Amino acid sequence: MLQDKDRIFTNLYGQNDWTLAGARARGDWDGTADILARGRDAIINEMKASGLRGRGGAGFPTGVKWSFMPKKNDGRPHYLVINGDESEPGTCKDREILRHDPHKLVESALIASFAMGAHAAYIYIRGEFYNEAMHLQHAIDEAYAAGLIGKNACGSGWDFDFYIHRGAGAYICGEETALLESLEGKKGQPRMKPPFPAAMGLYGCPTTVNNVESIAVSATILRRGAAWFSGLGRPNNAGTKLMAISGHVNTPCVFEEELGVPMKELIEKHGGGVRGGWDNLLAVIPGGCSVPMLPRDVCDTVLMDYDSLRAEGSGLGTGCMIVMDKSTDIIAAIARFSKFFKHESCGQCTPCREGTGWMMRIMDRMVQGRAEIEEIDMLEQVTRQVEGHTICALGDAAAWPIQGLIRRFRPVMEERIHAYKAAHGGTRPAQVPAGLVEAAE
Amino acid sequence: MVKVTVDGIPVEVPAGSSALQACEAAGKEIPRFCYHERLSVAGNCRMCLVEVSGGRKPVASCGFPIGDGMQIFTDTEVVRRARRAVMEFLLINHPLDCPICDQGGECDLQDQAFGYGADQSRYRENKRAVTDKYLGPLVKTVMTRCIQCTRCIRFSTEIAGVPELGGISRGENLEITNYVEKALTSELSGNLIDICPVGALTSQPYAFTARSWELKRTDSIDVCDAVGTNIVMHARGAAVLRIVPRINDEVNEEWLSDKGRFVVDGFRRRRLDRPWVRVDGKLQPASWQDAFATIATRLKSVPGERIGAIAGDMCDAESMMALKDLMETLGSGNIDCRQDGAKYDTSRRDFYTFNSGITGIEDADALLIVGSIPRQEAPVLNARIRKRFLAAGRGGFPIAMIGAPNADPTYAAEVLGAGPDTLVELADGRLPFADVLKNAKRPMIIVGHGALTRPDGQAIAKACWDLAAQVGAIAPDWHGFNVLHTAASRVAGLDLGLVPAPKGHDVAGMLDGGVDVLWLLGADEFATDRIGPKTFVIYQGHHGDAGAARADVILPGTLYAEKPGTYTNTEGRVQEAFRAIMPPGDAREDWRILRAFSEVVGRKLPYDTIEALRQRMMRASPAFGAAWARCGTSDTAGPQAGMVAMSGGPFHPVIADYYLTHAVCRASPTMETCSGIYVHPANQAAE
Repeated sequence: MLQDKDRIFTNLYGQNDWTLAGARARGDWDGTADILARGRDAIINEMKASGLRGRGGAGFPTGVKWSFMPKKNDGRPHYLVINGDESEPGTCKDREILRHDPHKLVESALIASFAMGAHAAYIYIRGEFYNEAMHLQHAIDEAYAAGLIGKNACGSGWDFDFYIHRGAGAYICGEETALLESLEGKKGQPRMKPPFPAAMGLYGCPTTVNNVESIAVSATILRRGAAWFSGLGRPNNAGTKLMAISGHVNTPCVFEEELGVPMKELIEKHGGGVRGGWDNLLAVIPGGCSVPMLPRDVCDTVLMDYDSLRAEGSGLGTGCMIVMDKSTDIIAAIARFSKFFKHESCGQCTPCREGTGWMMRIMDRMVQGRAEIEEIDMLEQVTRQVEGHTICALGDAAAWPIQGLIRRFRPVMEERIHAYKAAHGGTRPAQVPAGLVEAAE
Repeated sequence: MVKVTVDGIPVEVPAGSSALQACEAAGKEIPRFCYHERLSVAGNCRMCLVEVSGGRKPVASCGFPIGDGMQIFTDTEVVRRARRAVMEFLLINHPLDCPICDQGGECDLQDQAFGYGADQSRYRENKRAVTDKYLGPLVKTVMTRCIQCTRCIRFSTEIAGVPELGGISRGENLEITNYVEKALTSELSGNLIDICPVGALTSQPYAFTARSWELKRTDSIDVCDAVGTNIVMHARGAAVLRIVPRINDEVNEEWLSDKGRFVVDGFRRRRLDRPWVRVDGKLQPASWQDAFATIATRLKSVPGERIGAIAGDMCDAESMMALKDLMETLGSGNIDCRQDGAKYDTSRRDFYTFNSGITGIEDADALLIVGSIPRQEAPVLNARIRKRFLAAGRGGFPIAMIGAPNADPTYAAEVLGAGPDTLVELADGRLPFADVLKNAKRPMIIVGHGALTRPDGQAIAKACWDLAAQVGAIAPDWHGFNVLHTAASRVAGLDLGLVPAPKGHDVAGMLDGGVDVLWLLGADEFATDRIGPKTFVIYQGHHGDAGAARADVILPGTLYAEKPGTYTNTEGRVQEAFRAIMPPGDAREDWRILRAFSEVVGRKLPYDTIEALRQRMMRASPAFGAAWARCGTSDTAGPQAGMVAMSGGPFHPVIADYYLTHAVCRASPTMETCSGIYVHPANQAAE
């Protein structure tokens, strides 16, 4: 369990002043010029040594990502792009940073940009985060006025500009290359990789795209040292992370915690326990909605970190848990996700464009049980046909929750189908629209 | 070169190639929908997935860059499964209406479903339906069939240069549309039909006309402009039903202009299918014998120097050779192939051809266009200019025009001025573009017929040549002086010497009373009302247009689809077309008509077969026996400046209505419709 002294986000709940004065009181902007004076390589090596893994969901080591930026400038500008398009269902951790600790982000953006040779950073903020964008803009203005960013930022000799771009609400724009397209003013559709953004990103220039949280923690890591950060958490799952608990718990919340703490403990301590007690737990989706769910027996013991969850066939994702108790219609819950992904698919590549709609329609029938038993297998196959065949990870994200459902709750699905057949006669063709069936009764 | 292995077969491919190109080099077939060699890579259909050593997931081979020593697998279980999956996804919302789809039989989706798809559908939900879009009179849409490969978007944006198509909505609801539902403003829009891998974009005029397997295919050459686009005539029975382009990277790549493609329904309308003779002021049907006898009788009383001949813009070289020989045997030096009155110094071939070559455009690094609007005069060549423009990047291929275009040229071009004055300023170095040309390694100057058809045309050509020589465009390894012709027959006519003999009359001279008998070989594009009332006019041609209306005797000739013929394009490239169909009624091949008539007047031309005639052509001009090659010259002595000094006044466009430039397209209802929509929208609205 995380001790208060090791907390990075000390104003997570906004009880204190979020402006520059408050941020300085909490230690931000302290010795920033000294950190920059260490030089690019030292900063990147420190970040690598800290073991920080990307906080957006994929968990790629942040320091390594920074090191992909070309060391020598070939004439093209370098860019840092911060992904603040936090649209994952059940996830609202970056939002707390943006509105309650914006200076952590601004300072870290300066350091990160310096480390990758970028004079400009863009943050792409989800359009619905209006107040958050206002807070961040205020923080940026304060930093400019105090000479912390802009020409000769913090007196370090490094010029740095920070720009806010507000999105228009498409989930896919949180995918890094779609985000770049959107930032360039084009339709938000993911790009083919390679080339990766580090070689050819924003406007064809070397670019690194990082999650808000990954960037925001870096100033503190560099100030307190890699050893401190890597001493928290578990090996290969170092440090603290912002997590959230939503759903059927007594006190839904966002909190900062070490990685590698048992999920049960987190839910009991921060979430105030599952509604109706731990035994009433049905399943938990550990990180947003894009990862497979875990049934109760796994939740009893699993640790909340990248590797432990992967070992259970799921993933940490954004670290924001969706807790479902036994009152949940688990098929309907996953069907709702399918509808979400169908709605948010950009439509560019075939498996996702066609597959998300197909999966949604089968799931809708599964909710009623208006299907054949064999169709569960077919649905599973369809998810496998989408997974891994698409340009970006949205196809995978759409497939995994359904795979999780079939893996863990197949008997529930079969029972639903049997019940429907019993109620409506077993020979009714499955493709009759639901409305007609109900009207006939 | 990079070494890779494809399914164990080692191949070497150029660095920067994609995995798909490597697979093709190894002889492996990779199915694809969105990938097209001449368009940017989209990677969205996911049909070309292959496995690559070290990769966790299959990758889209079309956009995956190869690395040295990479191993590619195209026939593993993962790949087969992926292809089957993508195929199934493409088909779930496809209407499967192949029996009523015009693309049936030549459909990529159909073919690949056969090769890679499952035998039955597992999709039990309702299918998607998409409203059709209006893209103009040429391209028919059935958007429910669309598989969102975005080839059409990329074609219109990149090749045609009219970014009018795009995708709206997302996910399943993604629709390809031009949003405002107006006709596509491109002279290359017909290529969308070829580029669409399914039946979403098909030919409107050809709709429900034939199935692809019923058609006989004949290689031919397009004569609607002087580019010499390679085409294939698709015929069934006695009719050519459609024309599609044939790949020739040196000329047209795989594009065809809309006029060349859709003119086909003019082939059977307003045709001259029997001889006619004017009796008492009225044309009467006649037999060949009567028609020939009438002409022979009239010729008896006329001395050779009072006979004249004009060759039209769509003539094959064979008929022009026979016409010239006939006129010579009749003792006439009054012959001309320049209906538009253009002036050239024909003493050297490079004074009147497109010497850089069409592929040369891709090597050029600066371009000056004088008195020409390539977008209308040669849309396919214009696409090549745009290709070069895009490849060079921003500012990499500076283009300037003298004579303002009346439409967006599809590339950024600086308009320097309107007429010859600007040319003088440029030659004097008073314009910044003079330095651009001077600093370019391979500058190009294109002179069009907006300049050459003026009285001072030869002086302008001379000025352009001198400018080219001055900026180093004429060198042993580069020839930057280019004449862009608009008439398909022109270069062959000039090669064969269809210009007046020293004391002969040109077109203007013949019209001004220089001749008593005028033989028109498919010539309609001049002021036929200026022919003197006493002049006896013989019209030999295929369509009842301006020339036939004025004629005293009509000899029914043949279209380019109905005869084997040789055509020389603006570059001077000699290309052969074959006969696709037989001519209608009593119409005959043009050279045979001339050959037969020569016998009637007792001056038999010395060839009985087309081979013998072609031998004669080779003797007349060595160009007909030689393969075309780009070549420079060290002889910078320019063409003669002519009698008329360069004067002021702006260049005028030579094409008033792109869709109605010759007799065949004036007979085509489709071209008529296009003219109404694109050129005279106000009239259209009034109707």
